[in-house]
Amino acid sequence: MTDILMPALSPTMEEGTLAKWNVKIGDVVKSGDVIAEIETDKATMEVEAVDEGIVDAILVPAGTAGVKVNTAIARLRGEDEAAAPAAAPAKAEAPASPAVPAPAAAKPVAAPAPVAAKADGASRVFASPLARRIADEKQVSLSGITGSGPHGRIVKADVENAKSAPAPAAAAPAAAAPPKPAATAASGQIPMIEQMGIPAGSYDLVPLDAMKKVIARRMTGSFRDVPHFPLTIDLEIDRLLDARGRINAALEKQGVKVSVNDIVIKAVALALKAVPDANASYTPEGIAMHHHADVAVAVAIDGGLITPIVRAAEGRTLADISKTMKDLAERARTRKLKAEEFQGGTFSVSNLGMMGIKSFNSIINEPQGCILSVGVGEKRPVVRGDQLAIATVMTVTLTCDHRVVDGAIGARWLQAFKGFIEDPVTMLA
Amino acid sequence: MALDFDLIVIGSGPGGYVAAIRAAQLGLKTAIVERELLGGVCLNWGCIPTKALLKSGEVFEQLSHLGDYGLGVEKPSFDFEKIVARSRGVAKQLNQGVAYLMKKHKIEVIEGEARLEKGSPSPKVVVALKAGGARTVQAKSVILATGARAKVIPAIGLAPDGDRIWTYREALTPKACPKSLLVVGSGAIGVEFASFYRALGSDVTVIEALDRILPVEDEEVSKAAQKAFEKRGLKFRIGAKVTKLAATKSGVKIDLESGGKSEVLTAERAIVAVGIDGNVENLGLETLGVKLDRGHVVIDSHCATGVAGLYAIGDVAGAPWLAHKASHEAIHCVEHIAGVAGPDIAAPIPGCTYAQPQIASVGLTEAFAKKAGHEVKVGRFPFRVNGKAIASGELEGFVKTVFDAKTGQLLGAHMIGGEVTEMIQGFALAMTMETTEAELMATVFPHPTMSEAMHESVLDAYGRVLHL
Ligand SMILES: Cc1cc2nc3c(=O)[nH]c(=O)nc-3n(C[C@H](O)[C@H](O)[C@H](O)COP(=O)(O)OP(=O)(O)OC[C@H]3O[C@@H](n4cnc5c(N)ncnc54)[C@H](O)[C@@H]3O)c2cc1C
Repeated sequence: MTDILMPALSPTMEEGTLAKWNVKIGDVVKSGDVIAEIETDKATMEVEAVDEGIVDAILVPAGTAGVKVNTAIARLRGEDEAAAPAAAPAKAEAPASPAVPAPAAAKPVAAPAPVAAKADGASRVFASPLARRIADEKQVSLSGITGSGPHGRIVKADVENAKSAPAPAAAAPAAAAPPKPAATAASGQIPMIEQMGIPAGSYDLVPLDAMKKVIARRMTGSFRDVPHFPLTIDLEIDRLLDARGRINAALEKQGVKVSVNDIVIKAVALALKAVPDANASYTPEGIAMHHHADVAVAVAIDGGLITPIVRAAEGRTLADISKTMKDLAERARTRKLKAEEFQGGTFSVSNLGMMGIKSFNSIINEPQGCILSVGVGEKRPVVRGDQLAIATVMTVTLTCDHRVVDGAIGARWLQAFKGFIEDPVTMLA
Repeated sequence: MALDFDLIVIGSGPGGYVAAIRAAQLGLKTAIVERELLGGVCLNWGCIPTKALLKSGEVFEQLSHLGDYGLGVEKPSFDFEKIVARSRGVAKQLNQGVAYLMKKHKIEVIEGEARLEKGSPSPKVVVALKAGGARTVQAKSVILATGARAKVIPAIGLAPDGDRIWTYREALTPKACPKSLLVVGSGAIGVEFASFYRALGSDVTVIEALDRILPVEDEEVSKAAQKAFEKRGLKFRIGAKVTKLAATKSGVKIDLESGGKSEVLTAERAIVAVGIDGNVENLGLETLGVKLDRGHVVIDSHCATGVAGLYAIGDVAGAPWLAHKASHEAIHCVEHIAGVAGPDIAAPIPGCTYAQPQIASVGLTEAFAKKAGHEVKVGRFPFRVNGKAIASGELEGFVKTVFDAKTGQLLGAHMIGGEVTEMIQGFALAMTMETTEAELMATVFPHPTMSEAMHESVLDAYGRVLHL
């Protein structure tokens, strides 16, 4: 018998949800077969079998949440019982535990790609494994901690000291008070909200799942640590809409339907090539100037959001972007993205136009230098010369990390972007 | 008066001479004062000569098991004088090595006994020179590394009598191997001497006042050690208090009290190994206002004594009384004085006992970890199922690891068995680097080695042991 153990999909993972079984009792399993799916904070990962055998028992039913790493989740029976490994116990003394050599005991099932979702920022942070683990648990970002170990390495004591740093100021003014999820993450003390005057029994507490925690931590960190500012501009998109119609007519046979957002992605990528200073990330070691426009697109999913990436979008055709986006968005919604498909973009786009939002101001997705917030395209009065006219107008806001993108660079980028959007033909140049 | 040196070190044990070398490396003009032999207790009367004796004992003991390996000799025998002479030769060689190192680093060696007087920026050092006369020298900083000596309690006879009652000093250079021996105290030093003399056939009884031998070790290790020693014919009196030790015409006599009952034991010789007292006397420390606590100098986290320019390291500054602890403090202290960021003073300090079998540990025992509030995960792996151990015929002992269940921090490791003193540094490294169980599990241990038991012990703590 061989136990299949709950695998750790990342070094910091302690538990996960066993989402689905792809095998049932009696199935023959070969090494490499996908036998189950496991859900972590952002992704669903496939579990491959390492051993061969017949499924003898499923120990953890599908849909079980909070399954601890290394718990036995299923048992394989050998077709012909495997032989014992090397050193067999000597018969010498009466051992405290059974002296029978266990056949190939509990091997963990190898995980496919490790999830590094919790890595903070792009620049490498040197920290001891223990410091990393404690930081993770305490929801402390390592990037803000000064290391006291050799060569500035962050050690356990640094994280423990950082933990007691002052909490963000309380009670924001009524207007546009952002939700403050991270501030309330203090170790399982529910009554925090009650201390703030919300009576017990008047609310339900939904536990923070891994995704919520990551969003809370990353957004709080970004909003607090990145000196950011917005730049807003109006774009007329009648020509774009017209072009889109013609493009879609041409692509109809291929079954491709390009959205305004697909064109926005393409224009973003080309604008980043035109103004490469905006395709940059701040790191303590220097500014990382990215070679490609890897455009991350925010996709709302159940329980949060995720930002799949259209890699090297500058070189892709609209049809390609459209197909890629459709596939990514679909797999994002079913939480089937691989880690590398949503980590490591160089610029983000968030579009709330379809919800009728006119303009908004997104929070920077670290370590990216900018994020573009795209509003609704709607008919608005515009002034041409001294005449009032009607045009389809879309408002976009570029939020910039001032450490890499200052006002002039941001403005130049918006100019370039406006050029591509308002006159789509120029994208062919 | 112009300062003679940047740094003066008093005492040349593994604390003092390492401090002097590091200071010289950092460009400090350095002197070292020694009243006796370069290398201190460690090289001359401690770590090294005992290991030389123990090796002789170990080889001799193996001779009686040669049959297990398909070998045989006519009639094993030993020449006790030669065993002791070898041990002295080894000490001498290392003592000369320290002299060479001092010369190489241009460290001035002042032979004589030092005493301190008030001074600024640091106390003046007055040396009563071996060659006669006195010399007063002063430096920016002074490091006190005067070490320690065997604790004695003359009131109940626990003190050397110049003949039959020994401390480690006498036990290192006896004229003959005693037929019977009483060892008072079951710490590392007591157990090592007991192991050595037992290996040569002496009838040895170890007396311990606490409820188990090697009381600083993990309880499971203490238990396993006692069993292994008893198998070799060592005898123990546990929880037994010595009320009187005295020399008699034919040997020594000990009055014991245990559990309300008294007992009298006799033997040819006795060794007093009940602890260590710091060398804090006749140094002028009281005049300077140096704080003392139970015979040791009190220091802060940079080894400073609180008196301007005066530092203390090693045995004189308190437990654990170990050579590598003295050297570690030496490096930290000198780098602090020189303004260089040094190693963490609180690094885990491994401890080893070179008996047969060996014992080695680092960090917290399981009981202590629990007392400190940790929820623990504990792993164990016995050598009797380790391939290399079986091949070598060294089946005794085990490796035990203690993890913090929440963070995966390795809190402590405890081993007993062949060559475990050579393996404990692996866990010391892991603890110093703050690895968790994940890195330890991911590390590849060579096969076949005894060290695989370390890996398995970690796996066992997380329910993944392979060969058990
Ligand atoms: C039998 C035995 C076995 C041991 N085995 C081990 C072992 O296996 N592993 C281990 O780590 N440790 C072992 N130890 C402990 C180890 O020897 C000590 O921890 C170590 O020597 C401490 O180093 P130190 O530099 O502090 O002092 P010491 O080595 O004691 O050196 C102090 C020096 O200062 C000199 N001195 C004192 N006062 C003055 C003065 N006023 N003026 C000038 N000089 C002065 C002394 O003569 C001495 O040479 C053992 C000890 C003993 C006794």
